[in-house]
Amino acid sequence: MTKITDLGVIETLEGLKSKEFSSEEVVSEYLKLIQSDSKLNAYIHFNGEKSLLEAKKSDQRRANNNSLPLDGLPIAVKDIFCVAGEKTSACSKILENFIPDYESTVTSKLWQAGGIYIGKTSMDEFAMGSSNETSYFGEVINPWSSDGDALVPGGSSGGSASAVAAKMAPIALGTDTGGSIRQPASFCGAVGIKPTYGRCSRWGIIAFASSLDQAGPITRSVKDSAVILQNMAGFDTMDSTSADIKVPDFINSCSKPIKGMKIGIPEEYRLDGLANDVQNVWESGIKWLKEAGAEIIDVTLPHTKYALPTYYIVAPAEASANLARYDGVKYGYRSENIKDLEDMYSQTRAEGFGAEVKRRILIGTYVLSAGYYDAYYLRAQKVRTKIVEDFTMAFNKCDAILTPTTPTGAFKIGEKNIDPVTMYMNDVFTVPASLAGLPAISIPSGLDAKGCPLGLQLIGKGFDEETIFSIGSILEESANFKNI
Amino acid sequence: MREPIKLKGETGTWEMVIGLEIHAQVKCKSKLFSGSATDFGASPNSQVSYVDAAMPGMLPVINSEAVNQAIKTGHALNAKINNVSIFDRKNYFYPDLPQGYQISQFKSPIVGEGWVIVDLGKGETKKIGIERLHLEQDAGKLMHDQHPKLSLVDLNRSGIPLMEIVSMPDMRDWEEAGAYLRKLRSIVRYIGSCDGNMDEGSLRCDANISVRRPGEEFGTRCELKNINSVKYMMKAVEYEAYRQIEIIEGGGKVLQQTRLYDPNKNETRSMRSKEEAHDYRYFPDPDLLPLHISAERIEKFKQELPELSDQKRERFQSEYGLSFYDADVLTADKKHADFFEVVSKNRDAKFVANWIITNFFAMLNEVEKSIENSPVKADQLGELFDLIQDGTVSGRTAKEVFEEMFTNGGSALEIVKSKGLKQISNTDELEDMVKKIIDDNQEQVNKYRSGNEKLFGWFVGQAMKNTGGTANPKVVNEILLKLLKG
Repeated sequence: MTKITDLGVIETLEGLKSKEFSSEEVVSEYLKLIQSDSKLNAYIHFNGEKSLLEAKKSDQRRANNNSLPLDGLPIAVKDIFCVAGEKTSACSKILENFIPDYESTVTSKLWQAGGIYIGKTSMDEFAMGSSNETSYFGEVINPWSSDGDALVPGGSSGGSASAVAAKMAPIALGTDTGGSIRQPASFCGAVGIKPTYGRCSRWGIIAFASSLDQAGPITRSVKDSAVILQNMAGFDTMDSTSADIKVPDFINSCSKPIKGMKIGIPEEYRLDGLANDVQNVWESGIKWLKEAGAEIIDVTLPHTKYALPTYYIVAPAEASANLARYDGVKYGYRSENIKDLEDMYSQTRAEGFGAEVKRRILIGTYVLSAGYYDAYYLRAQKVRTKIVEDFTMAFNKCDAILTPTTPTGAFKIGEKNIDPVTMYMNDVFTVPASLAGLPAISIPSGLDAKGCPLGLQLIGKGFDEETIFSIGSILEESANFKNI
Repeated sequence: MREPIKLKGETGTWEMVIGLEIHAQVKCKSKLFSGSATDFGASPNSQVSYVDAAMPGMLPVINSEAVNQAIKTGHALNAKINNVSIFDRKNYFYPDLPQGYQISQFKSPIVGEGWVIVDLGKGETKKIGIERLHLEQDAGKLMHDQHPKLSLVDLNRSGIPLMEIVSMPDMRDWEEAGAYLRKLRSIVRYIGSCDGNMDEGSLRCDANISVRRPGEEFGTRCELKNINSVKYMMKAVEYEAYRQIEIIEGGGKVLQQTRLYDPNKNETRSMRSKEEAHDYRYFPDPDLLPLHISAERIEKFKQELPELSDQKRERFQSEYGLSFYDADVLTADKKHADFFEVVSKNRDAKFVANWIITNFFAMLNEVEKSIENSPVKADQLGELFDLIQDGTVSGRTAKEVFEEMFTNGGSALEIVKSKGLKQISNTDELEDMVKKIIDDNQEQVNKYRSGNEKLFGWFVGQAMKNTGGTANPKVVNEILLKLLKG
């Protein structure tokens, strides 16, 4: 018999609807797994009492025929979303014991739709990292690791991807700034979508880089992602950058044919020395889409090679200001060892932030400094505009763009965190869509030489998640990817 | 033409160059980027939202009421309102700044160049250029006197909207600078975009000042921070100008500095030099989209702009026939002007203007009350004027009645009745009284008749004394003249 925890979002909702099992049962099963996990370290915090209480309320609603769209469904939440009454730290020592008494817009919408909070997943500190190794609460292990060969789950939403892949949650929320949903989804063999910038409210999500941050789901199927995004998205007057645009029917778009659609293949993503396994998966993807009646065309995104350096100027610049509020004055960690105000700031921040966060604050402070602003920040903004224009031109010719999600599969823990630039290279395929604010989804599509998952990325036009859901569903079907 | 004040140094005369940056708290129900209230004097940290306290994940949302106030003020400054402006983050660490940055407008302010005409007395005016007006958040307040070991932070002010209004370096002495500051205060009060109370900190001023020999290039300037009265600003400028002259004449160089004025010692002290100046690392706030203001919205507020002091003064001169001086005094504050217009309706406007300025304003000044807190309201004062006009009371008695109204309340008519202050104008009654004075004082009568005409005043005095000041002096004069002729 299939275990409850083997079920995805839609299957779980169907089981709840048909009263095959109760929400209380579902939640209990997941809590057991979360409590007994000694291997992955995917969750950093959970509140079984609260989850079970909410599950019982959900069962009651169902008994009264008042059920909501996601009623009874357990949802894991990246530790970057403020959840009222629950520790929310962005996996940083500086917010170790911070408990907000407000709820992020996105999680609030999901609870209002009947979703049940199941726990907080680990992440790179303040979402800065591509391996989940910068979390204050320790490394997270990729469930695809073989014995004695621990692999990273990717990052920054590594805990979420690991939990979903390991079936410790049917869905986990992530955020994506330069690939933080798509890259870990790819490493763990999960589906992850970063919606268009402005599609989901950023209110109540701890900010990393405000012009890039977007929330999205990580699930085990495309349709599961569509169901969740349907309930997360929408205009929010509390977020000035959220878009007042009607949310279309994402679920319906998952079953639309793609015959006649034009799929762009950008030549600039054919990096020299791109690993054969990645290349092969990409070729397979092209083949599958052709077979489904799509037309494959070459497109050019000439400024792609500048995307990574641009991202590593813009994101740290914004982060250097966004993280200034963690100063030991109002909430969060304050160093004990202080003599004066200057000391309070420097000691608190020296002790409270990890190395990668400090590195990015320093980079960001540097690129905004008088005398360097024009050469770095301003130039980066201009290049960002060029990158946006590249996509606009490409989308005049095609409906979506297909690329690998990452240049390699999951790597070993400790393998790449010696040299930051090597680590940053992981984001080379995901960053351009982030800078352009475009929706992009990663679909597990094959295995690397080690037998670990590789994802393909579909980039869509702004506010056209529907098309990448349609094409993504075809890829998913053709790849016939087997979860662990 | 009025010549600006020149300063005499050891080596010749010097000219001042002054520019002012005014921080005006926008009159608004809520803060610039949050819904918290902005009331003055609320208990510490009682008007603080999650946004104002910079809690994790909080986002700013622009308050359109504050934007409207900036548009109105821009129009009143004859300035260009920009269709697109941008909010920037100004980064620095201080415990009164929860975000670690202030949201301000750096490169693209909401209001561009404009000008105002300032009054320099005796009908002299000068046009002062406005460089820009931008919107920004205020910071909180540190309190160092509440705890023996700790400094406390009150965030009530954190996020309150401010308009920073920057003038061109067009002022040439402290009189002009004072006139400019008073003018701007009058303008923001007229249009209701700021209450202009410098003692509550809702209007604060930084002064940039340099000195030069007449006709030369601008000298190195110093910025005097956070001055909270017109008087102090003028004194600070004067002190600072002499300080700079002394340095240059002593062979030194003025260093570009930010300085603090100490009103108790009447001196300025260095806060930081140009080298120590903060690098604020301004960049566009990615949480806020560029602020777009439609042409219709700009035009709407232009149409709705109320009559400002200059126009009102001109109207008072033409409509009521007032002198420039009287019109100027009455229109400096809109509340004064409104008060005058209520009282003067259907009354002798010149008489009312004169009486309000010399008696009513003097009384308010004496007891340090603002016009809205005056115990005598416009209609009550009007009633008193009617009693003067119809001869019920004399001008002198009226002052006495007014003082009584002001101190103990009550209507003019009641006071006149209860105190028996009604003027006696009845000729027969007065003639009997005057006859008696003449009969009783034959000696004085003889002296008067033999040429000592000064004694006339003495007879008037006797008549007033006998009637407790209620005799109509005009009638008394006529009777005395007639009877004393013999």
